[in-house]
Amino acid sequence: MVKRNMKTYTLATDAGDMSFTDTKRYLWTASLAYALMPFLGIGAHALFGHQAWLALPLFVVYVIGPILDWWLGEDENNPPEEIVPLLEEDSYYRLLPMLTVPLHFASLIGAAYWAGTQALSWWGVLLLAVSAGIANGLGINTGHELGHKKTQLERNLAKIVLAVPAYGHFSIEHNRGHHRDVATPEDPASSRMGESIYKFARREIPGAFRRAWAVEDERLTRKGVSVWSWENEILQSYAVTFALQISLIAAFGWVMIPFLAIHNFLAWWQLTSANYIEHYGLLRQKEPNGKYERCQPHHSWNSNHKYTNLVLFHLERHSDHHAHPTRRYQSLRNFKNVPRLPNGYNGMFPLAYVPPLWFRVMDPRLMALPHIDGELTRVNIDPDKKEALYAKYGVAGLKENLSATEAA
Amino acid sequence: MSSVHECPGCGYQYHQDLGDEHEGFAPGTPFDELPEDWVCPDCSVRYKEDFQPLQ
Repeated sequence: MVKRNMKTYTLATDAGDMSFTDTKRYLWTASLAYALMPFLGIGAHALFGHQAWLALPLFVVYVIGPILDWWLGEDENNPPEEIVPLLEEDSYYRLLPMLTVPLHFASLIGAAYWAGTQALSWWGVLLLAVSAGIANGLGINTGHELGHKKTQLERNLAKIVLAVPAYGHFSIEHNRGHHRDVATPEDPASSRMGESIYKFARREIPGAFRRAWAVEDERLTRKGVSVWSWENEILQSYAVTFALQISLIAAFGWVMIPFLAIHNFLAWWQLTSANYIEHYGLLRQKEPNGKYERCQPHHSWNSNHKYTNLVLFHLERHSDHHAHPTRRYQSLRNFKNVPRLPNGYNGMFPLAYVPPLWFRVMDPRLMALPHIDGELTRVNIDPDKKEALYAKYGVAGLKENLSATEAA
Repeated sequence: MSSVHECPGCGYQYHQDLGDEHEGFAPGTPFDELPEDWVCPDCSVRYKEDFQPLQ
């Protein structure tokens, strides 16, 4: 019975046969199911009649999700390195993120249809927009998985799925900007110690767009093409967004304007939340040549919680992702002694939304990391909070430390 | 000077003969002439100086 959920890979080596059973193989379909979350609320509304049922997806994400992560616990298993090429070649795993792409379109169109055709009060429309926004924030996660891959098909599908939440600049911003600058003060997508998520969002959302545009402008200028051309991959994705969202306004009327605005913002907010918790306070050191050290496993926060990893294509194994960005989700590994979050993303997001609680949980964890060991100069700190944080966590030599940095 | 350089992290190869059209490097552009702050276009983890000459 259980065996049906698994597949065993065997490799002949000099030391005998080596085998690995992937117990999560078919459970990865949870990442597909999550994209369809708005239909859970729509189905319950249709069945039971009260629009409050449209809140069901929110209950699943923010209540059931953290409970399942706590209850099912963590999975620390890794495929042996020798087996990874077999996993990477298996087309089953490649297919799943691709199949998720049309599901994100379906969840937006389905929620828009329900908002535009049912007799709902304003908060019913709001619940639909929020649940579709959360589902299509996951669309950015699907685009993330696909956009890191080397095949043109997967890269094109990334641009298409990112069009659903109007975030077509993400692949360029993330792959060429965030991965290059991660865990440095220069990265708008790495949060700083003492920085609330609300302050971070004001730096991250515009910063992401500006960096993506600059990177694409530089590439197109090298090619001798204007940034305002169809070769601009950001504009390609935006064109799909424009066609999709204008069609929804034409089909379902003016209610689509606030609906789409909330949907798009909520999707971006999911990414902001993920970016906020993935590198909070972590800092790469500068080498003598002025460049930052290469990104190390201790420059990302990780979670091995089973449930949220299964609905997020292993995004929470973030250290290995930054060490090997082109590695596919099914082969991402858990590392020992890397920064660990106390719950999965569904539990950590609401914590981040209450900054005093976030700081209380995360600041001591950050300071206790072995490579930081209480030393604030090894932390990416919000400059506005520097004094207060030194007063709270600083060690001997604090004053010299502060005046030295200020003099520089 | 070698005409093929490989990213030690992800295996991306820069062939001088082919250049990299998508990145805007014309065929024949030597590896040395790529910008000094250039990072691997596939993984962005490795810097130009990390690339290994292959042949």
